[in-house]
Amino acid sequence: MGELKLMKGNEALAEAMIRAGCDAYFGYPITPQSEVLEYLSKDATKRTGMVVLQAESEIAAINMIYGAAGCGRRVMTTSSSPGISLMQEGLSYIAGAELPCLLANVVRGGPGLGTIQPSQADYFQACKGGGHGDYKLIVLAPSSVQEMVDFVKLGFELAEKYRNPAMILTDGAIGQMMEKVVLFDQIERKKEFPEWATIGKKEGKERNYITSLHIQPDKMEEINIRLQNKYKEMQEKEVRYQAINLDDADYIFTGYGLAARISMKAMEIARDNGYKVGLIRPITLFPFPTKIYNEISKKLKGILDIEMNAGQMVEDVRLAVNGQTRVEFFGRMGGMIPSPEEIYEQFIKIFIEGEKNDRKD
Amino acid sequence: MIEKTKINILEELDHNNIHHPEICIEDNIVWKKPSTLIDTPMHYCPGCGHSTAHKIFMEVVEEMGIQNEIIGVAPVGCSVFAYHYMDVDMQEAAHGRACAVATGIKRVMPDKYVFTYQGDGDLAAIGTGETIHAANRGEKILVIFINNGIYGMTSGQMAPTTLPGMVSTTSPYGRDVNTMGYPLKISELIAHLPGVAYVTRQSVHKPANVTKTKKALKKALEYQKQGLGFCLVEIVSNCPSNWKMTPLESNRFVEEQMIPFYPLGDIKVPEGK
Repeated sequence: MGELKLMKGNEALAEAMIRAGCDAYFGYPITPQSEVLEYLSKDATKRTGMVVLQAESEIAAINMIYGAAGCGRRVMTTSSSPGISLMQEGLSYIAGAELPCLLANVVRGGPGLGTIQPSQADYFQACKGGGHGDYKLIVLAPSSVQEMVDFVKLGFELAEKYRNPAMILTDGAIGQMMEKVVLFDQIERKKEFPEWATIGKKEGKERNYITSLHIQPDKMEEINIRLQNKYKEMQEKEVRYQAINLDDADYIFTGYGLAARISMKAMEIARDNGYKVGLIRPITLFPFPTKIYNEISKKLKGILDIEMNAGQMVEDVRLAVNGQTRVEFFGRMGGMIPSPEEIYEQFIKIFIEGEKNDRKD
Repeated sequence: MIEKTKINILEELDHNNIHHPEICIEDNIVWKKPSTLIDTPMHYCPGCGHSTAHKIFMEVVEEMGIQNEIIGVAPVGCSVFAYHYMDVDMQEAAHGRACAVATGIKRVMPDKYVFTYQGDGDLAAIGTGETIHAANRGEKILVIFINNGIYGMTSGQMAPTTLPGMVSTTSPYGRDVNTMGYPLKISELIAHLPGVAYVTRQSVHKPANVTKTKKALKKALEYQKQGLGFCLVEIVSNCPSNWKMTPLESNRFVEEQMIPFYPLGDIKVPEGK
């Protein structure tokens, strides 16, 4: 059992980064995640020798990540929505050049400068590309401070296993709230680096170069096919989700991160009132747990998808369900957080009272 | 510019089965590809300064014996394929981001030499922020800055360094400084920053200048080794294709138009050097 502490989400994430043997962090301040850079600036370098550098912009930060990741190092950056938008170009290059790295997006409400309050409005950006070209990030969605810690380790492992950028998609509430966490023990920083890393040409070996440029279309297609095969493999091997009360469920609440955590409470209220409600919480948003929705939906009366946005993940739920049951959506936007009671009321209104949702789908 | 070298002549002689063993001796070699330059045809236009800059930089790497200790960053622009020619570990950066990528490399590989090779559009337009901040942080990297006053790869648009009145596809009546702004002298701009150790402007349009540029590149790498700070070697170069000139005419343009505006010489040298 590791060390037990009471920590703020952003600080726990930073602590996990140090303990995961991260070699370098490049970041830029933005609310609500500035604590990450502040925490690391205190003594991370002293503790493990890791590089901590405040970049001049998120654009510079993600390109520093590219450079250091290209040297085979374990690297991470964090930001919040507007800053993550600025990183999209770099992310596309990182995915194209197949460099492992880890990001965290502590999402705030948008669009534009938006608000500093928590939101889940960046699901599409994280899961459907964000930058240009056919690429995918591995996307992990924590719903507690504990998972902020655990997913740093998992995120690095997955990123390195697949040579692909991974993202922890969290929100301002999880970043800011304090909970008890169990911290894993310090992992030693790596001393050996992958074959492909640009760390100086090895005697008697071909030089290494990192690029996403393949000017010949046949070669570029070959690269694309390889990437798609990699994503397919992730879809087969890396799907993670939490399922509760599925056995007897007539209805399912679903959502990710904070919305799922609130929905869990709403599920309990529904159960207390005699409704057989279960819950599916995708942990990997990409690869998305399509199969479980598809399998369970045949025996369900309906699924209520709850998100802190205008309805983004619900599109993937509907694709997975493929018309086998009714899928409805309830969300709050712009930094508003739904309450468990509100979710329960919506459930009653939509599914039990049989009223049509006023959304025109 | 394109003159027949002795090696060329010897190859021709070889092809014609004419052997002159008395000529084919090491002492007579006047042109040789450094071992650090990959033996492959370059995509650069005939007469372009890039190939000369590549060659002399790779000669420096060979002479210093640091082929295994150097990591480069290629930009977006004509030199986007620099890693196809330079036989060292390299990374291809997004447009303008080479100095940020180089920062990432140098920070995790502080004992290695790190360089970027960038054109004027990459370094002085889209990448101005990354360039200035890397310089200001005193990143111990070498920036090789090819200034030919035009966007070469995209076929001849106005660059931040295009001369006043100079014609490009996006300044077809000549650069009007009233609406298009003035050429940006990035070397002078960064020279006063305390993190910057060495800034020099050189050219490769004449053999004597090639020699000077090579010396400057070597110095810059030595300063990097000594940990003195950010070094930038600007190379005023030509673009025969997009200037719509012959190689010879383009080198004359460098001499008569570019260099008066971008005077050659050291702009900043480390104290006591």
